[in-house]
This record gives sequence, structure tokens and C-alpha cells, in this order.
Amino acid sequence: MLAKIVIVGAGPAGIRAAEVLAGAGLQPVVLDEARQPGGQIYRQPPPGAERDAFTLYGSEAGKARNIHAAFGRLGKSVDYRPDTLVWNCSSNALNILHKGRQGIVPYDRLLIATGAFDRVIPFPGWTLPGVFTLGGAQIALKAQGVSIGKRVALIGAGPLLPLVASQYLEAGADVAAVLDVTPFGAKIRALRGMLAVPEYARRGLSLLLKLKKFGVPTAYDVRAIEVTGNWHVDGLKWRDGAGRWHRIACDAVAASFGLKPEMQLADLAGCATYFDEATRQWLPSLQAGGRSSVPDVYLAGDCAAIGGADVAELTGKRAAYSVLRDLGIGFAADELKGIETTLARHTRLRKALDAAYPFPTHLIDAMSDSLTLCRCEGVTVGELRASYVKTSAPDVNRLKAFTRVGMGRCQGRVCGAMAAEILAGQSGASLPDVGRLRGQHPIKPIPMVV
Amino acid sequence: MERLSVDVAIIGGGIVGCAAALALRKAGLTVALLEKGLCGAQASGINAGGVRQQGRHVTELPMTRRAAKLWPRLHETLGEDVEFRQVGHLRLARSEQDVQMLEDYAVTAREHGLYLQLNSGTVTREMFPWVSGKIAGSSLAVEDGHANPRLVTPAYSRAARSHGVHVLEFTPVEHAQWTGSNFEIQAPRLVVKSRHLVNAAGAWAGKFLSFFGESAPLTLRTPNLFVTEPVSYFMTKSIAVCGGAVYFRQVERGNVVLGGGPGWGDLKSERSRNRADTTLGQFARAIELVPELSGLHIIRSWSGLEGDLPDKLPIIGASRTTPNLVHAFGLCGHGFQLGPAIGEILCELIRDGRSQTPIDAFCISRFDAVAHQKMAGAG
Repeated sequence: MLAKIVIVGAGPAGIRAAEVLAGAGLQPVVLDEARQPGGQIYRQPPPGAERDAFTLYGSEAGKARNIHAAFGRLGKSVDYRPDTLVWNCSSNALNILHKGRQGIVPYDRLLIATGAFDRVIPFPGWTLPGVFTLGGAQIALKAQGVSIGKRVALIGAGPLLPLVASQYLEAGADVAAVLDVTPFGAKIRALRGMLAVPEYARRGLSLLLKLKKFGVPTAYDVRAIEVTGNWHVDGLKWRDGAGRWHRIACDAVAASFGLKPEMQLADLAGCATYFDEATRQWLPSLQAGGRSSVPDVYLAGDCAAIGGADVAELTGKRAAYSVLRDLGIGFAADELKGIETTLARHTRLRKALDAAYPFPTHLIDAMSDSLTLCRCEGVTVGELRASYVKTSAPDVNRLKAFTRVGMGRCQGRVCGAMAAEILAGQSGASLPDVGRLRGQHPIKPIPMVV
Repeated sequence: MERLSVDVAIIGGGIVGCAAALALRKAGLTVALLEKGLCGAQASGINAGGVRQQGRHVTELPMTRRAAKLWPRLHETLGEDVEFRQVGHLRLARSEQDVQMLEDYAVTAREHGLYLQLNSGTVTREMFPWVSGKIAGSSLAVEDGHANPRLVTPAYSRAARSHGVHVLEFTPVEHAQWTGSNFEIQAPRLVVKSRHLVNAAGAWAGKFLSFFGESAPLTLRTPNLFVTEPVSYFMTKSIAVCGGAVYFRQVERGNVVLGGGPGWGDLKSERSRNRADTTLGQFARAIELVPELSGLHIIRSWSGLEGDLPDKLPIIGASRTTPNLVHAFGLCGHGFQLGPAIGEILCELIRDGRSQTPIDAFCISRFDAVAHQKMAGAG
């Protein structure tokens, strides 16, 4: 009997993995939360939408078309199940929810390609209506063909910032400002490393030139942010490296500070993790070929390590080849060799990008006691600090038990890392010692229905 | 190597150990509490938070009555609010036989001073319109309620510490022995000498029995708990049902906490997890009792490790092999409400040699017959 292989996620990693496995005649199951394939980066507009691919994806339009077409070609050689939430993994089976109905999908091999999520750092006004993450702003554009506001300010600490800015400009939006909270000098210093993938460096440069052409006010080394407004965003204040405050009128803000792997499923599957000092976050421990620490579980794309869409396609294929190898199924090794060579260049690029966009800890240091940190449960930064003073909670799970931080609908997806930062800052313990919130099902809320 | 000499050493920082530590210290004894991890992190911290007398075995009624008098004052004892709310506990009957069972139980409970209000199905619906129309009757314990288990035991441990108890967290006991005049308890880089020893080690108590040549049929129990998104407060009572398949309560914040059925756990690795199949199976059981629960979203789930015994009653009382050794473990998933009372009982056992509250039913020797039978069978 054929091994049952399940891929979770139909973004660039999941699609390329499915292609390799389907090519070997294995008919993988592809479970995806979205209604159409493409993932977040190549998310498709709903049927009937008016905007064409180029307006939506900008410079990435060609790749988006290729990925969508590649998956389309697979047809019945994959068992594709869209609109399917995977909410638990245990004993080689996944619990799924599809159109309100519960189901179980067993697997022999699991290939997780669940992508990434914005890293959020709270700032004054971050919970006001009209404030989005950069990823959220991008989804509004790609999935709904709408802008998050009439006049939009974009804030970030990663390559997603110029990309979203250019996509908004292409779509005809009024971009009030593009604020990078990392210094410009860091990018200059990292330029050499970025040339490891010349195409990428070229694309980055053209995005920056586009911002210039459109005359968008752009700033680097932004030290502090404050969104203003009573019931909705009405403006943004920011402080530059010289300590001067600036004010911008806008009705929407998109802000996030790099990406983090969506690794809840990998966590429930038992995959080991480690704390990556360079990017200041927890990542799954990877073995050769995209294997996780669990023998039957493979990781690909941004949920394995943040690398972007191009890398996701490659690691998707690589993980699929690892599955084939581990099943003893032969394949032509030429492509895999090429993938490893390209990935090595991308690893150098990623190192350079991490250096070009260092995680903005100055925004964490600036968090005041009155700031809401966990918006689901309404827990402030001050409450976390006070709880530590009272209880000496040594780790973030203990802090959660006392304060409810991370106990709400998002299960700490948004606030967990920042709760750990606050605890470490208050207690003097290291981030690895403070730990991360333990994974529990359901990964996303499931309805109680009979 | 650090050395510590105290009147009483307690192994286990659950609610029993922490309550005992506080009571003993208040009685003037010196106390060291040794906890392998953090206080209140296992059964005492992960339970459903019910503070309930109703439905307990008749032998537990004196103890649960005693505890019920302590809970309303607990915020004073501990110096902080631990979210104890005396909302009342409603036990539902789905059939006439269950109604009869509630009536019989109410008679027994009354003999112990626990007054239960029995209601017909119609009256139950009039009082609590959110209860299903299919309910045949109910029994209400107005003194019962719930508290936040994540807060109670850590608060106990802080109160104990501020009274002068040596609360030693991350201190796993590696060995313990009776020297003829004292206990010697070894932990990494620490030796504690004590006149008395309390084994309040919950699911891990078996290890400490073995140090003293004792045994009990202690097994692992892993409760299966989950919680919904917050919704407007509507369910004004904690809910249980005859047969006990499911139990739930709504907290002031609006979330509904539900439990019942087995989770998964492993004592050795100290890992536990909610079981998705158990959780999914509970949906129908809960909705059958309170239809409004239908459609609420589950946002979180958990389990934990608890000590279980075959007759679902704890072991509380003196060791048979070792003088000055007292056991209090195996609360079988319903020790949270009893904790404050067991703390006082342990204090009396050590200070006075006997407890004001009857505890004979919980002696460790009750399993001897079983053990002997098994041995005879094997022979």
C-alpha cells in the first residue's frame, strides 16, 4: 500500500512539495485553510474580482501565475482539500474542521508548510481600529482588492515593508509614509551579503526606487511610534534618530516587525525548537533536508525558517525529496543538487537580511506600563511587570497562569513573544530561560457543535 | 551542601502541602516545603476550579464541610483574592432514577449539615431558563462555587513563605529516611532534617511510599479540560450531572470551562495533553444540558497529572511502617475544595496526634485486603 503523505498548507512550499510527491505517484493529501491555493504571499482574489494579477502582486506577478498554474496542473494527482482547518496533531493523525464538520486525517508522513505570521510589537494606539499588520494589509489588497484606508502609513522592520508599499502604490493607494524602524546604515553594511542572490538585490533596489518615484516620504531608524485617534486612526507620530517628533495625517496604519514561523502544528507534532539569538525568536530545530526532530514530520517554507517565497518553493521540493528518500523511493538527484546550491546562496542572503533589518528591541524597551500587550484578554505591560514583582514567575507559562496573557482567542500568537520579552526585561532572565508559550490544541478556535 | 533543620518537612507543593505548611507554621512549628517544580503546577493548578461539596462520598462530607467554612475567608488567610465566588452548584438529573438519587443524597448530606435544595424539572427551568427542558430535576448547593486554581495554590505558597515557611521550589527529593529519631531528606545540594514528614506528593507519592516500605494502588489520572471564548455571563451556576460525564462553569470573564473524560499524560516525562477525541465527545453531553453552549468556540485545552486510587477516595493519615510520617495524597481529581481543610487536618495530626475531623476511611491500610487477595490469587 502507498504511504499516506499529508501536506498542510498550499502556499509556495506546499504546492512545490505536492508537485514532487505527485510526480512520484504518491497522491499526497493537501490540506489548506484558504479557499484557493497560493498561500498568503500568492493569495488569490475571490472569483469574480476585477483586479488582475499584476496589479495585485506587482513585481511578483509572474511567480504567482507560475505557482497557481503548477498546482492547477496537478489535478487529480493530489487530494486537495481547501477550506480545511488543521487544529490538532497527535498519534500520526490530524484533527480537521471543514465547513463546520470535524474530521480526522491519518498520515504516515506529515509535511508541514504552514507559513509565517507578522511579529507584532505593541505601541501606543496599536489596538485602534485602522491599525493592521503588514501581512494583514497585504491580504486586504490581494484577497479583497481593497486598501486598509484612504491614506495609509506603513511601518516595518523587514523586506516586507518596501514590498507592501510598492503593492499599495501600484494599486493606486495614497501612501502617507514608509517608516523603517531599522537604520539605513545596516542595509549598506549588509549589501555585500545581499548580492549572494543578485536578483533579490536588484528587486529590492527597484522597490526603493519606486518609492522614490512616487515621492513617498520614507524614513529609517525610526525610534518611536504613536498612533493617534479616539475611535479610529487619525494620525501617526514618530520620532527620528535625532530625537525629533514628526506628525502624519492618515486613516490607516500597517505595522509589523519581521516574520515568525507559524509553528503551532509542528509544536503539537512534537517537533523540537530552539531559540535563535540572531533573530531573537524560537524556531523549529531542522535536520538535513527539511526533516524535523520527529521521524515522520518534515518542515518546509517559512514555518521551518523565514526565507521568503522563493526559498519556500525550494524547501518545499527539498522536503518532498526527503520524504521520497526516507520511503526508499528513487528519484533523479539532479534537481535536488541544484536546490541545495541555490539554498546555500539564499542562506547567505538571509543572514544579510537579518543584519539589514535587526529586530527593533528599542521599541520593546519603550513599552510603557499602560500599554495593552494581550488584546484578547486586555492585559497591560504594567500588569505583567507587577505580576513578576509579586510572584517571581520564572517562565512565561507561569506568567500566563497568573495574568491570562496569551489565554485568549489568538492563543498568544500575537502577544506571546512580547510577554516573554517583558518578563525577561523585568526578571533579568534570558529569553531562552523565560521560554515560550506551550502549544495546545485547538490551533485556532473550533465551534462546539453536535 | 546546605543543611536545614525543621520540625516538619513536606514533600509536594500542591494545595495540600501548601495549606499544611501554612497551618503548621501558624501553629508555631518550623516547616520546610520541598517541591520538585513550581507550587500548584500540577493537579492543584490545572483542575476545573470547582469548589463543591455536593456529590461527594459520604465519608468525605465532614472534611468537605470543614473546607466549606474556610473558603469564604480564604482571601483573608491568603491576603489576596483568588476569585472564589459562591455562585452555587447545580446538579442535574436526566431521569426519574437520577431524581431519586438526588433525593437520597440530600437526606445523607443533611445529616452532615449540608442542605441541598431539590427542584423539579419545571422549577429548575423557571429558576434557570438556560437549562435544557429535558431535565427531570436538580439539586442546588448554594454554598458551593468556584475559584481560580491557577491562583489559589501559588497564593498559599506565598502566604506560607511570608509566615516563615522554607518554600523550596525546583527542589526534587531524591531520598528520604527515618533515622530512628529524625527524617533525613536529600535533595540536590540540600539535606533537610525534620522530626515529622508529610507525603503530599500527589501523583508522585508512590516513590516516597517506597522509601518507607509502603505501597498503595496509586495510578495516574489525567483530567480533560477545555474552555470556550468569552460570552456574556448567563450561566449563573456551576453545573454537574448525575453520572458525572461532564461538568462545567462560566467564569465572570465570560469563558465556559468544561471537563470530564480522560486526557493523556505520562508521569515520567511529566507531560500531559488534552485528548481531542474526548473533547469532541463532550460537546453533545454539555449541549444536551445547556443548549446555549451550542456554537461557542473552544479556544484552549489542557490536562495535567493527578493521583488516582481505585475507590476514588484519598489516602490521608499516619504511615503504618514509620513513626511521624503522615500521608495525604491520591485526591482522585477532587482535592481542590478539600485542600484548605486537609491542611488543617495534617496540622492537627502532627501537633495533637489526631484530627478533629474523622479520616479513618482514608487510611492507607484499607488497600491491604486487596493486596493480600491479589497475592493469594497469584500464589
